[in-house]
Amino acid sequence: MESVLGRYRNLVILVGVLFLQVLGLAMQVKRSGGTDAENTRLIRIWGVGAITPFERILVWAQNGTGNIWHNYFYLRGVRAENRQLKEQIEQMRLEQVRLSEDAAQARRLQTLLAFKEQFISRTVAAQVIGSSGSDLSRTVYIDKGENAGIKRDMAVMTADGIVGKVLIVYPSVSQVLLISDQSSGVGAILEKTRLQGVLRGTANGEVMLERVMSDEQVPVGETVLTSGGDQIFPKGLPVGTVTKVGKGKDLFLNIKIKPAANLSKLEEVLVLVENKERQATAEENVRVRAADILAQRLPSVPDKPATDANAAAATAEGSAKPAGAKTAAQPTGAATPATPSGKSPSGTSTVSGASGAGPEGKPAGAPAVKKNVAAPAGPATAPRPDATQTSPANEPPKPADSTAPTEPPPNPQPPANESGPQ
Amino acid sequence: MPITYTSNEQVEVYRFSIPVTIGVPLLALFVQAFLPLRFPRFAVYFDLPLLVTIFFAMARRSPVAGLFTGAVIGLAQDMLGHNPIGIYGIAKTIVGYGASSLGVKLDVENAGARLLVTLGFYLIHAAVYFTVARGLVNMTQTWSWPRGILAGLANAILGVALFFLLDKFKQRT
Repeated sequence: MESVLGRYRNLVILVGVLFLQVLGLAMQVKRSGGTDAENTRLIRIWGVGAITPFERILVWAQNGTGNIWHNYFYLRGVRAENRQLKEQIEQMRLEQVRLSEDAAQARRLQTLLAFKEQFISRTVAAQVIGSSGSDLSRTVYIDKGENAGIKRDMAVMTADGIVGKVLIVYPSVSQVLLISDQSSGVGAILEKTRLQGVLRGTANGEVMLERVMSDEQVPVGETVLTSGGDQIFPKGLPVGTVTKVGKGKDLFLNIKIKPAANLSKLEEVLVLVENKERQATAEENVRVRAADILAQRLPSVPDKPATDANAAAATAEGSAKPAGAKTAAQPTGAATPATPSGKSPSGTSTVSGASGAGPEGKPAGAPAVKKNVAAPAGPATAPRPDATQTSPANEPPKPADSTAPTEPPPNPQPPANESGPQ
Repeated sequence: MPITYTSNEQVEVYRFSIPVTIGVPLLALFVQAFLPLRFPRFAVYFDLPLLVTIFFAMARRSPVAGLFTGAVIGLAQDMLGHNPIGIYGIAKTIVGYGASSLGVKLDVENAGARLLVTLGFYLIHAAVYFTVARGLVNMTQTWSWPRGILAGLANAILGVALFFLLDKFKQRT
């Protein structure tokens, strides 16, 4: 026996070392059904601790050299660029005014729909300092860890789109699993078609949207956003665009996605360290034109059921004439049952007022969501079939209503924009 | 072909100083982890820790030393990723053992031999990794011969250059 062992000593050692590693592998797989950072934490800390300081130093030196060159020596064309940027700022200011109007309107609509929003309340900027060095493990290391408040499963993104999630947190560095890794999974939704799916990476680093039924139509070029269903990424963050749609297996489509963030050249990323979910509320200082309020109280011709959505939106944007009140009938119908009484006492806020709340409008002295409280107040609300659902009986009339006409509508029939769900 | 069969008495066994033994694999791991940030395709085609494993194993010409070198470098490489630790470890252990066993039998000091040996061991490494990842860990893996051969050739060419550079650290026993 001893002679056999002596003769095949090298082979015996090889088998022994391999056996130990296979045993270790099997234990890791058995414990976690995949990877488990906690089980292998110590050994990974050693490995990462040996490599990342060098990476950090190199990135620091590289950035320092680059900054000296770009900030002090290579300033050619800066003046022209500065002028161009100033012009761009002016354009963006104009755009911002328009967008803020849209955002205010969206907030009011969300209030009506009682949507819960997720707000990214705090992010930590981090520098990418290293990678796994293997195309089979698509992870990167960032220079912020537990000390900076980073925790496992936090979302990581750039200005362009999502990048991945924090997988393992060390004191001063963290490992981020990219969305292109095959073990990654992100809840995603197509922007226009509103189809939901699961974003997964493949073995060769591509990003695919899975679980979309093959009988659905998905156009190439459509934007993909996060759906929020994974409880990691807030809803609505850009993910990428559809580049190829093919027939997959098991009745699902094979949708290839080009990530919005350049995953192969990441330098700085943002870690979403704090998300707050809160009820959407309309801005308190939104101005409402008296004409809008009046328009809501007046009886109007009911809308045709098959009103084109675009036409409605265009009309809603247009003005606060009674027509605006009519066009808002669709959102109101959807919103009425869900409107929280805490935010909007009557629960019958309509979109028409919101849409007509232009900057030139006269302040009505009440927030937009409260503006038609007076309309259903009192006996006037009783005949309406939806009033019992949306307006608590013990709701006191708002003082702000003194600025608006409080007479009940002459016609007990509800205006089109305040009708129940259609 | 310049590969020549040599007897055990003819082959020279080399050793390395401790800083080189520790520093070179660490540097290889560091470069392997850092360069893909600037050159994303680097990680797809090159495996510097593998080249270092082959070099040390062939130079030491001791199967036990070779397999332990491969195991340590492979495990260290596993630590940087998020996959279970041991996949690279197993693959590089086998490569280390094979390379040092081959080093005992053949003269692998010239460029042609090194090119072929590196190409061969790259493919062995890829095959073992593929088998372990798919068979033991149940990872989704796809085997591609064109990619494997292309990456093998790229590593072989880089390996030849790297080996001549690392030859400077050899110390005769």
